[in-house]
Amino acid sequence: MKEKKLTLANVASALIVLCLYVAVFIAEQKLPATSMLFTVLKKGATYALVAVSMNLLNGFTGIFSLGQAGFMLIGAYVYAIFTIPLEQRVNVYQYYAGGVVQFTLPVFVAMLLAGLVAAFFAFLIGLPVLRLKSDYLAIATLGFAEIIRAIFQWNQLGPVTNGSNMLRLFPTFNDFNIRNADGNVTVYLSTLVPLLVAGVCIALIVMIINSTYGRALRSIKDDEVAAEAMGINLAHHKRLAFCVSSFFTGIGGAMLAMYQTTVQAKSFTSAMTYEILLIVVIGGVGSVTGSCISAFLFVAASEWWLRFLDEKQMIGNWEVPLLRNGFRLVVFSIIIMIVVLFFRRGIMGTKELPDLFRRKKKAGGELK
Amino acid sequence: MWNTVFPYLLSGISVGGQYALIAIGYTMVYGILRLINFAHGDVFMVAGIVMVYVVSSGVPLWLSILLVLLITSLIGFLIERVAYKPLRTAPRMSVMISAIGVSYTLQNLVLYITGGLNQIYPTIPWISGSVTIGSATTKMVTLVTPVLTIILVVALVQLINHTKIGMAMRAVSKDFETSQLMGIKINSVISVTFVIGSFLAAVGSILYFTNYTTVIQTSGAMPGLKAFVAAVFGGIGSIPGAVIGAFIIGIMENIIKGLDVILFKSGVIKAPLGLATFSDAFTFALLIVILVFKPTGLFGEKVTDKV
Repeated sequence: MKEKKLTLANVASALIVLCLYVAVFIAEQKLPATSMLFTVLKKGATYALVAVSMNLLNGFTGIFSLGQAGFMLIGAYVYAIFTIPLEQRVNVYQYYAGGVVQFTLPVFVAMLLAGLVAAFFAFLIGLPVLRLKSDYLAIATLGFAEIIRAIFQWNQLGPVTNGSNMLRLFPTFNDFNIRNADGNVTVYLSTLVPLLVAGVCIALIVMIINSTYGRALRSIKDDEVAAEAMGINLAHHKRLAFCVSSFFTGIGGAMLAMYQTTVQAKSFTSAMTYEILLIVVIGGVGSVTGSCISAFLFVAASEWWLRFLDEKQMIGNWEVPLLRNGFRLVVFSIIIMIVVLFFRRGIMGTKELPDLFRRKKKAGGELK
Repeated sequence: MWNTVFPYLLSGISVGGQYALIAIGYTMVYGILRLINFAHGDVFMVAGIVMVYVVSSGVPLWLSILLVLLITSLIGFLIERVAYKPLRTAPRMSVMISAIGVSYTLQNLVLYITGGLNQIYPTIPWISGSVTIGSATTKMVTLVTPVLTIILVVALVQLINHTKIGMAMRAVSKDFETSQLMGIKINSVISVTFVIGSFLAAVGSILYFTNYTTVIQTSGAMPGLKAFVAAVFGGIGSIPGAVIGAFIIGIMENIIKGLDVILFKSGVIKAPLGLATFSDAFTFALLIVILVFKPTGLFGEKVTDKV
């Protein structure tokens, strides 16, 4: 009975998502490729995926993990290491005689591998760390991310990771564009593909959340002791959530590598994790839709809409005070603090896209 | 061998003292609010920035030091009032997220004010001077730090054990609700805690940046995290624990920084291994090991979970 009721809302939501994809595809063919919109969409897709996988842990399972930057780093490096074209390896690994990895994998295989390696590391680190409680777990995972960062910068591993030097020249989002024989782009796909990848991954996470496993995870969040008493294997379910989340975070890392076109371990600091955490909080802890919306809003606001705050603005003859480089970030952090302090439920609370239709219908009926 | 190790040991003790001064702020706040105050490392950084700006505006040095201590304490007080007090009844995670938000805000604010450039920390006469002890030449601050740290810690312990406000702090950290029922003004106790923590962080920042000479918006993050690890290592909530933990971490970190040189000179390894990369990572590895094998730290109290 319940399933049937859900269908209409679900179909409507699916339609909306589909329309968005079509709109992006059309926009990409029509608008110049340098438009800020595409930068925002690409980075937004990456952050949305990572934010949703963080939400799976923090919002749905109640494991407060701050290791995202570490898993993204693993994903980004695995992807980069296995996709740099053979002939470019000498240039990239210039201090390590071309490195030891002397084969390349197809892009999507490398992305999958990025996720798997991140999940494997999550499994290892989860063995000791997942036994810890709330804030101790947070600080332990944060520490783990720092350890990973140090390991990847160690020059003894240089033949694999290129030490503290940059990895570059691997395939990026622009390589998804379909080109004709002359090298001119015929079909632009560089924004659509990352959005599709993120979309598929997020759909998988949603399926997990709505499965038996997902319900078990929610019960862990509500009350660990009660969940255990109901016969849920705590250790097993926590490990599963941690590995799944890290798998998708790893894929997100690979996407970040493609977005940035270069990878360097020192940029994956805890500040990156904090940013993603703030995205999750703004979207609403426990809402996948919220995380997606706020990821795009966060990226758009920080990269695009608030840019004008960084430059001098004149209203008539009056120069607006305070505006100079960095002011955007100040305004941005104040907005974030307001959300954190006064709108703790975030944009969506714990609601999802289909819930909106159901609620709207009722509300509309009452109004009439 | 000793001559090689000694300089690293010395700077380890010095850095350890500076971490200790930050760690006390973490451990006191955690003891009372059960909150990891992620912004504490940034308060430490802001103290450095305030010093740079106060001195460059022409205020005499002795007055600037006093001003820095005062302003930093005030900032600590304001942060608590604005960002943590409204969330007193909220879940612990919300407060922690708010702390992360404050950290983000402080960093961005300093980025805006400084333009993201390294600020040269003013030299303070005498403690910036160099001194030679045995095989090591170092700044006077290296010797001053541990002494000053110990004096401050002893004073703080006296304050906590023998004054009325100290008794209130102990009561609040034992049981939040009950102490409220006993008529303790929780809010003023918490404010005092933040003021003391920020004051010590300011002292730590003067010593730390005299040693490292530049301040930038991110300089607080790493010392902050390490001081937190020190607090956990020593047993969170325990002040002597935090101090001992900080000294151990400071020393180990500096030994690892010099491990290549030490091993090379003593003939264990033929070529440098680049182990210095792990000086930061070591701290966190230690944290994970401690949390797994002795989650209460060296001097922490055992807590049992109630259903």
